[in-house]
Amino acid sequence: MTPNSDMDVSTPRSMRDQFAIVGVGETTYTRGSGRSTRALGTWAIRNAMEDAGLGPDDIDGMLSYSNNDSTPATFMAGDLGIRLNFFMDCYGGGSSTEALIGMATGVIAAGMCKTVVIFRAMNGFSQVRIGGTGARSAVPVDGDNLHSRAYGWQSAGQMFAPSFLRHMYDYGTTPEQVAMVKVVHSEHASNNPKALYKKRLTVDDVLSSRMICKPLHLLDCCVETDNATAIIVTSIDRARDCKHRPAIIRSIAGRVCKPRADMHYQAGPISTVAGHYAKDILWPNAGVGPEDIDVTGAYDAFTFTTMLQLEDYGFCKKGEGGQYVSDGTTRLGGKRPNNTSGGHLCEGYTHGMNMVIENVRQLRGDVDDSCPIGPDGKRQHTYDYREGGCRQVKDVELTANLGWANPGTGSAMVMMRG
Amino acid sequence: MALEGDRYGMKLTVNDLDIENLEYFRHCSEHNFHLQKCTKDGLLRYPPTTACPWCTNPESEWVPVEGKGTIHSYTEIHHAIQPAFKGRTPYMLLVVDLDTQKGQPTEHEALRVVGNLTTPDGELAPPDMVKKVGIGTRVRMVFQDVGEGLSLPMWTIDETAQQPEKPWRYPQE
Repeated sequence: MTPNSDMDVSTPRSMRDQFAIVGVGETTYTRGSGRSTRALGTWAIRNAMEDAGLGPDDIDGMLSYSNNDSTPATFMAGDLGIRLNFFMDCYGGGSSTEALIGMATGVIAAGMCKTVVIFRAMNGFSQVRIGGTGARSAVPVDGDNLHSRAYGWQSAGQMFAPSFLRHMYDYGTTPEQVAMVKVVHSEHASNNPKALYKKRLTVDDVLSSRMICKPLHLLDCCVETDNATAIIVTSIDRARDCKHRPAIIRSIAGRVCKPRADMHYQAGPISTVAGHYAKDILWPNAGVGPEDIDVTGAYDAFTFTTMLQLEDYGFCKKGEGGQYVSDGTTRLGGKRPNNTSGGHLCEGYTHGMNMVIENVRQLRGDVDDSCPIGPDGKRQHTYDYREGGCRQVKDVELTANLGWANPGTGSAMVMMRG
Repeated sequence: MALEGDRYGMKLTVNDLDIENLEYFRHCSEHNFHLQKCTKDGLLRYPPTTACPWCTNPESEWVPVEGKGTIHSYTEIHHAIQPAFKGRTPYMLLVVDLDTQKGQPTEHEALRVVGNLTTPDGELAPPDMVKKVGIGTRVRMVFQDVGEGLSLPMWTIDETAQQPEKPWRYPQE
């Protein structure tokens, strides 16, 4: 257990290692899908079912999340020949993935259903722009929102920026350090054939891109894409019968909040985020600490969100996040790579699910890079991380996903190789 | 009665069931900042809520609060997304620690009242004024009238206050 925490990790947790992710699937990541979220969703779910080796009769639960920009589970199930014993369509964006995986394990444990598919389908570029431009930016402002949107404080970047700037003020974090998040993720994306942006970038590229809202340059912000993603959760005994080695769920912290979730800026320090609270659920339930983790998936809606979360979950000391994300630790070949797919900054924006998918593949030892496929149908990973090469990390046993909704709300999950 | 306003073409409304916000903005429209004070623990809170966030007591009274404080953090927006703010960049969003109740009930808490940096008459600050302001700048509250009975609190540089020699600003100008 980490020296950063004094939590007792010896308590047995009944849900630990009892559930697994057995299937993952996605569509292409594009800017202009040319199809509905219903078509995207069924595409991704079909891929996840194929990946797991499961048919429509094997799936009886469905969960989704959206910001009213998707298609409900009932429509997806109909198109896939699935009869549901359980479903919920939840409102939410980032940090929903891990929380919904936790809900899936709960409903399976309650005997409500046996196997749950979770999906996120969105045209985040061509329909409802995730950056908040277009139709969403022009809606009238009512009631409680008069304390934010009326001031031109509306998009995710605008809303989070005071936390980011205050971190620079409190700890001396520099723009160059934080830009390294984008640099590193762009390197990872260059080894990911399905990433939207595959070009490797430099710190200068990030800092010379145009200012959106201080401290966020254009390249500190994630991409907006059209895509759907899906994952399948089931009990560990069923998981053993699926096609791939299961990614076993050790621990989940779901949509944990700072005090005053109605306006988290009221409770300081504002440069501390929800991970500060979530870590005290995540690590004890997992029975491991941050130093045991091989690969992280720290949500990169912005370069800063990755840094703040890694810091508050205890991967480094408080205030040293800038150093942690810029010293090579998070790179492929480094001690603990982060977002090996390129994440939201480069691969595509899915409100967090692609980062879980990537870690499932890392745990299988079967990341979809450009390495040659051998006679056994599996990639022969070279562990040569140069541009266009491998992005599989050697011997991944434990991963951590750190999901972000806003500075005041986050989720996390630890998975273990099956 | 419901309130309606317009800020640079952006429609603002408060519906007639939203009694906490109606009362808050009624005081703002008189350019007299008020917050709810809990009748039990005596703590002020921002923004308006239906109960005290510290003791859950639903009873409160509206009391006048001095509109003076220090910038705790900010963002300077160069790419506006709302139509109302296009063509008005750069503009600043300030998160201001009021002097009143700073550091209470715990060390890291304060009444952090948001607003734009504006001129003393409540219009968005011109670029040369934006450049002068950062974390630590002392500000005072002013109001922008945006409709019949509806005004928004804003922040302007406090000309009479002692200012920090160099307020903290994002290093890359």
